[in-house]
Amino acid sequence: MHTADLPKEKLVEMYRLMLKIRLFEEKVFELYAQNLVPGTIHLYTGQEAVAVGVCSTLRKDDYITSTHRGHGHCIAKGADIKRVMAEILGKKTGYCKGKGGSMHIADFSIGMLGATAVVGAGIPIAVGAGLSVRLRKTDQVVACFFGDGASNQGTFHESINMAAVWRLPVIFVCENNLYAMGTRQSVVMAIENISDRAAAYGIPGVTVDGNDVLAVYEATFAAVERARKGGGPTLIECKTYRHRGHSRVDPAKYRPKEEVAAWLARDPVKRLKEKLLQSNVVAENMLEQIEKMVSAEIEEALKYALESPYPAPEEALEDVYV
Amino acid sequence: MRKITYREALREALREEMRRDPSVFLLGEDIGRYWGGAFKVTDGLAEEFGDERVRDTPISENAIIGVAVGAAITGMRPVAEIMFGDLAALAMDQIANQAAKIRYMFGGQAKAPLVVRTPFGAGVNIASHHSQSLEAWFMHVPGLHVAVPSTPYDAKGLLKAAIRGNNPVVFCEHKLLYPVEGEVPEGEYTIPFGVADVKREGEDVTVVATLYMVHKALKAAEKMADEGISVEVVDPRTLAPLDKKTIIGSVKKTGRLVVVSEDCKTAGVTAEIAAIAAEEAIDYLDAPIKRVAEPDTPIPFSPPLEQYVIPDEKAIIKAIKEVL
Ligand SMILES: Cc1ncc(C[n+]2csc(CCOP(=O)(O)OP(=O)(O)O)c2C)c(N)n1
Ligand SMILES: [Mg+2]
Repeated sequence: MHTADLPKEKLVEMYRLMLKIRLFEEKVFELYAQNLVPGTIHLYTGQEAVAVGVCSTLRKDDYITSTHRGHGHCIAKGADIKRVMAEILGKKTGYCKGKGGSMHIADFSIGMLGATAVVGAGIPIAVGAGLSVRLRKTDQVVACFFGDGASNQGTFHESINMAAVWRLPVIFVCENNLYAMGTRQSVVMAIENISDRAAAYGIPGVTVDGNDVLAVYEATFAAVERARKGGGPTLIECKTYRHRGHSRVDPAKYRPKEEVAAWLARDPVKRLKEKLLQSNVVAENMLEQIEKMVSAEIEEALKYALESPYPAPEEALEDVYV
Repeated sequence: MRKITYREALREALREEMRRDPSVFLLGEDIGRYWGGAFKVTDGLAEEFGDERVRDTPISENAIIGVAVGAAITGMRPVAEIMFGDLAALAMDQIANQAAKIRYMFGGQAKAPLVVRTPFGAGVNIASHHSQSLEAWFMHVPGLHVAVPSTPYDAKGLLKAAIRGNNPVVFCEHKLLYPVEGEVPEGEYTIPFGVADVKREGEDVTVVATLYMVHKALKAAEKMADEGISVEVVDPRTLAPLDKKTIIGSVKKTGRLVVVSEDCKTAGVTAEIAAIAAEEAIDYLDAPIKRVAEPDTPIPFSPPLEQYVIPDEKAIIKAIKEVL
């Protein structure tokens, strides 16, 4: 589908979701500074267009796999932010009863098969879900999120090869934010476009502007349509940028100031907003209304999470086995 | 004597060995000039030795260790860093099937003098993929040496010995130890593998502990001393080779044994040490051996859950009282 044909409601919904991720992440950042978040956090700020562009093409029963930088994937797939926030704070009411935390959120009821913090480990799991779709003879698809860094793991190559030769309904979504921790892509890869690797496995590979939600949507829509019809996998590389450091402790001094400034100027949330206003899809006051509603939702989620109890210590022993 | 941190002690060992021997080089994810290692152990080394010898790698753990093996059998002395011990799982083929077996399988033709440095341990709320203690996995593989330093002094001496030695070494660090300070002499020294250190002498009960647990055991011993009980704390320092002699000697003296380790209880470090004591010193034991270990769960995220599964001072004291 061409995004020009998208109904107004869909565009507004994408904006709402992107804003929700943005404001949610900013809230988590704030909480972190107040020492309310245990452990570490990897914020999705700046990459919202990828999760939302991809997940907006999916059905509720389609699957996704996620990474250490996974809050945005959850929210875009339709997770309840109350339970996401509760998990991040280590509460019993969180999605994983406090066992997982920020890096490990899952909501199997909406096909969100979980975030793994082992870089690249989600890729074969997505292929396995794709194989299961084939064996169960449904028409679901799987979207697999991972970073530029993860694309250097053996799992990336092994998994795409398998999905290709078995023509499985998997969309490999590489979020190329140019860095893996402090390591710039050029230090560890001799290519510029990770999508070039698709050719080696005999599948289509495309690179899109990952800060343009409509570009991500369009590319994914085509890939999903092909996958549902048995046409096999696609590799979509989304060029994007994280607005903050890798994790809570990282001031990201390894990134040149001009580079940061250039990417901040291409803020995906702002870009969609401008597009909506320019094309008269919505009036400014409607967007303000949306922002108010989203902020209220986040405050409500925070209240829920803060008021929720911690798990009892002995619960550590539960769920090791079925 | 001057005091430095465990982190600084490791860095000093790397720096001294790199200055001494041009065949020593480092490789790993984010160990170079942009980050200096996730735990900052290699901070500043790329600036001194250059990017060739302090090499940032792609995120490819199995290949990192495989590359280290290839370099080691052809004359280099690589020191590879795996950012978290849990991720050594990704490199297990190269560690356990290649590095460990390359000498034996090829009839003694080759040697693989490489070191895999990696941090284990829970306590910072980073959940099941970044918190495990997997030392026992490596103890189980003939052909590997396994170091478990608990102090800056041991960390430096053992790492220098590991780099100079001719066997593959899995060098287990603990994330909570990096900022811990301790006395380290200015001068040159190494610590041989297979020599335990009695961290505190005592008469009534032997506590064998490793890594961060040594510090908890020492605190427990201090408290027990207030109650008039004399605890001997033995730190094996290397799990392979294991200094059975010192452990058994201590057990023969005290007649009581508590083994403490942060890894899971089943088939873990404590299991091996307890089995050795049962095999070789059962006639000297006046009470059943007690083990204090993680209760066979993955490491959970939420603070109250995580604290529940990490062995603590209280559990050590309880075990000591049970064997008295
Ligand atoms: C197998 C593995 N190796 C190393 C790490 C440590 N680590 C966590 S995130 C990360 C960088 C990942 O980079 P990328 O895949 O580009 O994702 P991004 O953080 O940029 O979203 C590293 C090295 C890990 N968690 N798992
Ligand atoms: Mg990246």
